[in-house]
Amino acid sequence: ATPKLKNEKNRRIEKILIANRGEIACRIMKTAKRLGIRTVAVYSDADKGSLHVKSADEAVRIGPPPARLSYLNASSIIEAATKTGAQAIHPGYGFLSESADFAQHCEDEGFTFIGPPASAIRDMGDKSASKRIMGAAGVPLVPGYHGQEQDIDLMKLEAEKIGYPVIIKPTHGGGGKGMRIVQKPNEFVDSFLGAQREAAASFGNDAILLEKYITKPRHIEVQIFGDKLGDVIYLYERDCSVQRRHQKIIEEAPAPNISSDFRSHLGQAAVAAAKAVNYYNAGTVEFIVDTLTGEFYFMEMNTRLQVEHPVTEMVVRQDLVEWQIRVANGEPLPIGQLQVPLAGHAFEARIYAENVPKGFLPATGVLHHYRPVQVSPEVRVETGVEQGDTVSVHYDPMIAKLVVWGEDRDSALIKMKDCLSKFQVAGLPTNIDFLSQLANHEAFRNGLLETHFIEHHKDDLFLDPSNSTLAQEAYNTAVQSASILAACISQRDYASAEKSTPGKLSVWYSYPPFRMHHFSRQMMELEWDDEYSRITKLIKVFITYKPDGKYVIETEGSELPGLEIEVVDLGSCNYRVEVSGASTKVNVAVYSKDGSEYFHIWHSTHHHQFKRNKRIVLSEDDDKPHKPAKEMTSHPPGAVVAPMAGLVVKVLVKEGDKVEERQPIIVLEAMKMEHVVKAPTGGYVSGLKFTPGQQVFDGNALFTIKVNRSVV
Amino acid sequence: RGPLPWRSNLNDSLLGRRFCSGVLPDTIDRSSESFAHNSQAMEGIISQLHSHIRQVMEGGGAAAVKRNQSRNKLLPRERIDRLIDPGSSFLELSQLAGHELYDEPLPSGGIVTGIGPIHGKLCMLVANDPTVKGGTYYPITVKKHLRAQEIAARCKLPCLYLVDSGGAFLPKQAEVFPDKENFGRIFYNQALMSAQAIPQIALVLGSCTAGGAYIPAMADESVMVKGNGTIFLAGPPLVKAATGEEVSAEDLGGATVHCKTSGVSDYFAQDELHALEIGRNIVKNLHMAANHNVYQNRASEYKEPLYDINDLRSIAPVDLKQSFDIRAVIARIVDGSEFDEFKKLYGPTLVTGFARIFGQPVGIIGNNGILFNESALKGAHFIELCTQRNIPLIFLQNITGFMVGSKSEANGIAKAGAKMVMAVSCAKVPKITVMIGGSFGAGNYAMCGRAYSPDFLFFWPNARISVMGGAQAAGVLSQIEKANKKKAGIKWTEEEEEKFKAGVVEAYEREGSAYYSTARLWDDGIIDPADTRKVLGLCISASLNRGPETTKFGVFRM
Repeated sequence: ATPKLKNEKNRRIEKILIANRGEIACRIMKTAKRLGIRTVAVYSDADKGSLHVKSADEAVRIGPPPARLSYLNASSIIEAATKTGAQAIHPGYGFLSESADFAQHCEDEGFTFIGPPASAIRDMGDKSASKRIMGAAGVPLVPGYHGQEQDIDLMKLEAEKIGYPVIIKPTHGGGGKGMRIVQKPNEFVDSFLGAQREAAASFGNDAILLEKYITKPRHIEVQIFGDKLGDVIYLYERDCSVQRRHQKIIEEAPAPNISSDFRSHLGQAAVAAAKAVNYYNAGTVEFIVDTLTGEFYFMEMNTRLQVEHPVTEMVVRQDLVEWQIRVANGEPLPIGQLQVPLAGHAFEARIYAENVPKGFLPATGVLHHYRPVQVSPEVRVETGVEQGDTVSVHYDPMIAKLVVWGEDRDSALIKMKDCLSKFQVAGLPTNIDFLSQLANHEAFRNGLLETHFIEHHKDDLFLDPSNSTLAQEAYNTAVQSASILAACISQRDYASAEKSTPGKLSVWYSYPPFRMHHFSRQMMELEWDDEYSRITKLIKVFITYKPDGKYVIETEGSELPGLEIEVVDLGSCNYRVEVSGASTKVNVAVYSKDGSEYFHIWHSTHHHQFKRNKRIVLSEDDDKPHKPAKEMTSHPPGAVVAPMAGLVVKVLVKEGDKVEERQPIIVLEAMKMEHVVKAPTGGYVSGLKFTPGQQVFDGNALFTIKVNRSVV
Repeated sequence: RGPLPWRSNLNDSLLGRRFCSGVLPDTIDRSSESFAHNSQAMEGIISQLHSHIRQVMEGGGAAAVKRNQSRNKLLPRERIDRLIDPGSSFLELSQLAGHELYDEPLPSGGIVTGIGPIHGKLCMLVANDPTVKGGTYYPITVKKHLRAQEIAARCKLPCLYLVDSGGAFLPKQAEVFPDKENFGRIFYNQALMSAQAIPQIALVLGSCTAGGAYIPAMADESVMVKGNGTIFLAGPPLVKAATGEEVSAEDLGGATVHCKTSGVSDYFAQDELHALEIGRNIVKNLHMAANHNVYQNRASEYKEPLYDINDLRSIAPVDLKQSFDIRAVIARIVDGSEFDEFKKLYGPTLVTGFARIFGQPVGIIGNNGILFNESALKGAHFIELCTQRNIPLIFLQNITGFMVGSKSEANGIAKAGAKMVMAVSCAKVPKITVMIGGSFGAGNYAMCGRAYSPDFLFFWPNARISVMGGAQAAGVLSQIEKANKKKAGIKWTEEEEEKFKAGVVEAYEREGSAYYSTARLWDDGIIDPADTRKVLGLCISASLNRGPETTKFGVFRM
């Protein structure tokens, strides 16, 4: 009976199934709720109890944690939609969003697919085909090879025709996955094979294309929107040039430093591109802008709502998810091209769980403390996680998107910097401090964007620990943070001791602790562990309890005078701290892990993290000399350890093989990214104990390179 | 519907008045010349006190402290800080014991003692100071150790001995070894306290030689630190002299020997911090259920006094001839300055009444002049009240003595005084005495002097103690001397007499000072008047650790 109901003409969507997870699922539900549309979430076993499940009216389990068994499992999603009586399916981004088969499957089963027609997805999904269509429609293209013939020698010849550097891309897919830049002909074969493998793993198709690699490009994309009546408009552009590992981390709209002529040229090209494939619903046409020549070329079209769509929403003052639903209902676009406003400037910063100094490798862990900034009409936080949630190896490690709007670029930037300094995450490494560093960079402030921004400014963005002046400066601020933190910890300890003591003994715990004719002075050891500058230093702090309730904090080996600090505990990790006459807001996060206490402190624009070792539990056995825990878990000298947790996809050599320096040994995959572990030196491989399909954890010893062939 | 007429009347008149009755007024005239003069004089006294304290805080001096540090050992007060609960108070006793007592300085008598909470249980901590004469026991060291044990036994506090001592100080063995209240008494006390289920715990953090070896051996549980901790009856040199055996200290009596072979110690600690952590754990596992805490009304909510406690530094009398109202002191140490006076109009030279300190109910007895018949009877009456109700007693001593003279004697002042002394002696409630001014003659007895075993006794730095005033003593002694001289037919010039008198006055002056007293452990320490409230609060809490006891008085002479 249900298919009949669903196929009823002119019936508008009343219930949506969101075939996604995380922030985008939550984001779509927000709009659906506002429109009175009921929502159905789907979840894998890893996401049971996660925010997108809790936010939905109904939720259906669709499989075990691996995406291919759950969020990529089209039939169980369709089944869930049938079961719950949803009329429409919103795919979000990633997963099945750009699967033409899935879009078709939905429509075949009588569900409205909230997105473009399957034919447009198919046209644009094939990079080579899309370029052909674009070329025919007069959209400028980057010189390249988009042929069906995939023979490696032919491809190499084509690469030489285009001229190095060239870029290798999987024909299907996007998001930077599987992309390789080849600087010299002798690197071509390795890169080509890697790209093929990754393309096969990620997109189920190993077709590859070649393009000219533009040395100083900007990545500018145009948001377009079409309705089922054939109308297509553009909602201006976004600059997404700031990338790491070919993935965007800061996006903004509109693109800075471009003329309005250029803007409308881009927009018209994008509309032409969309019309060429009879596009409707939300889409993004990506262009590469050669900053040296001012030329722009069509790169690809993303046939979905993008991660960074909120920056467009902020400057055009529209809800694009609402538009998607209305278009899916068959309604015309709410406004015409000339009515699209362009007001102010917006930024989006993507907050990831990742290990910045380790080359931005994805990180996993528990969000022990999670306190995003206060939202307002000008500050949005799009998030799909809550405090206590785990960022797992199964999905994208994005924690949140911070979106800010300002009257102009400068005022928006000020807001973003402020928000980043107040965005609190503790428990796993994040890129927040790095984003702050980026946002504070002068070139960024001046809008001098290009896709190699991070690479070109790495000396400013990464603190070099061998620079003693900067290291000393960083250390001094850490000492100040440690002092304030010590005072806050003392205040907290005092409050908890007072609360937990029986009434009759309360006088022994009343503040300040009494000492006969002197002040109580306690030592606290705080290990400053700067994940960003990679400095680790033990800071010994002495806390003197003054009778007026203040603390005097001194640091061992510091020439700085002791700080007199007054702390007011405002509850739930908030403190008001007065240091030498000036009072500031301080936030402290605490969590325990592996027998140590971790502290994060945010004050002014500073964020520091410290570790306090709990007293080591020593054995009472005197035969074995005591070994610190660290030593026990140490690896044999020269061992190569896994840089991140992940799955072994390939072992390229055998135990005992002779290898050259930098020769690839093991290929790991985590968060769908391949990472090649190479030999640190030439020699013989030893202790290679992993096989493809095995899970490794961050810090696991993978193998050792020995100078001599070992006798087994 | 409004309230009934009679009820509103009650509210207006009776209740309204009752609210103000207990609050003491602020009677201090801060603009007076005597206030300024007294404040200034006290400032000097306090700063002198602080300079003495600073000296003893340095222990045995920079070189010894450095040597101690090089052995990975903490100082005794640092050890205590790590043993007691974080952020908790420590009531240190007799910091100035041994002050100018011997030819050489003996900071804090070479031992740090005091009370602090561990895992929420009050404990007595006794820590040798290895930087002071190698932690050896001088006579005053023994006395301070025994006093700590006495308080522990009285208040039923588990004892933690932080042992790091070379044993008895041999040159003074005659004053350390043979007598009843000498070195051996430490172990006797350990045995008796253990018998009363008051835990005895020893942490051997350094050497523990000769007699000292019995401290861990007599303990219920003991911990030894690898390397630093040694226990032996005779050290390697003595062993070599006695038996010719050559053996290292570690092999002779190290932690391995005693934890593995001899069984003298129970827990093996890798280092000092580990030993302190084990010590905390032992206390955690004592399972001394809160079975003594029968005392009622111990509110954790309390009001601070209305007036600045630092005023006590100005109120403390420097010139003992000057009188002041004891209520000004009480107003600054009791909760909300609320004091419900008992028998206010009768025997007004003794002030008695009920109050609370940190929420703990107390009965306060303070002097407001010399003791007359009525004041002594009132005191005895009030003590009886407090013992009946299990209310701890606080004595604020500023007493020149009982009234003398024929009228007084005829009125039976000795009888009245005896009644108060009887009441003070037999009262089993916690008793805490603070010497805030003079403590002279039989007044000292009636106001619970040291001989009456108050649980705690402290001096203000300005306070003085002697059997009578220096001038009076000089008068009495010179009259006797004059009579003797006359009998012997020796002429005594007025000049000679004055010189004689001056000598007596000078000796009384010296021996009557708070420092002279505290050096000899006639008290439990000198306190800053401004700390009085806090110290009293801690003392009451500690002394309430024992349960209530039934008081049985002797025969009152009627």
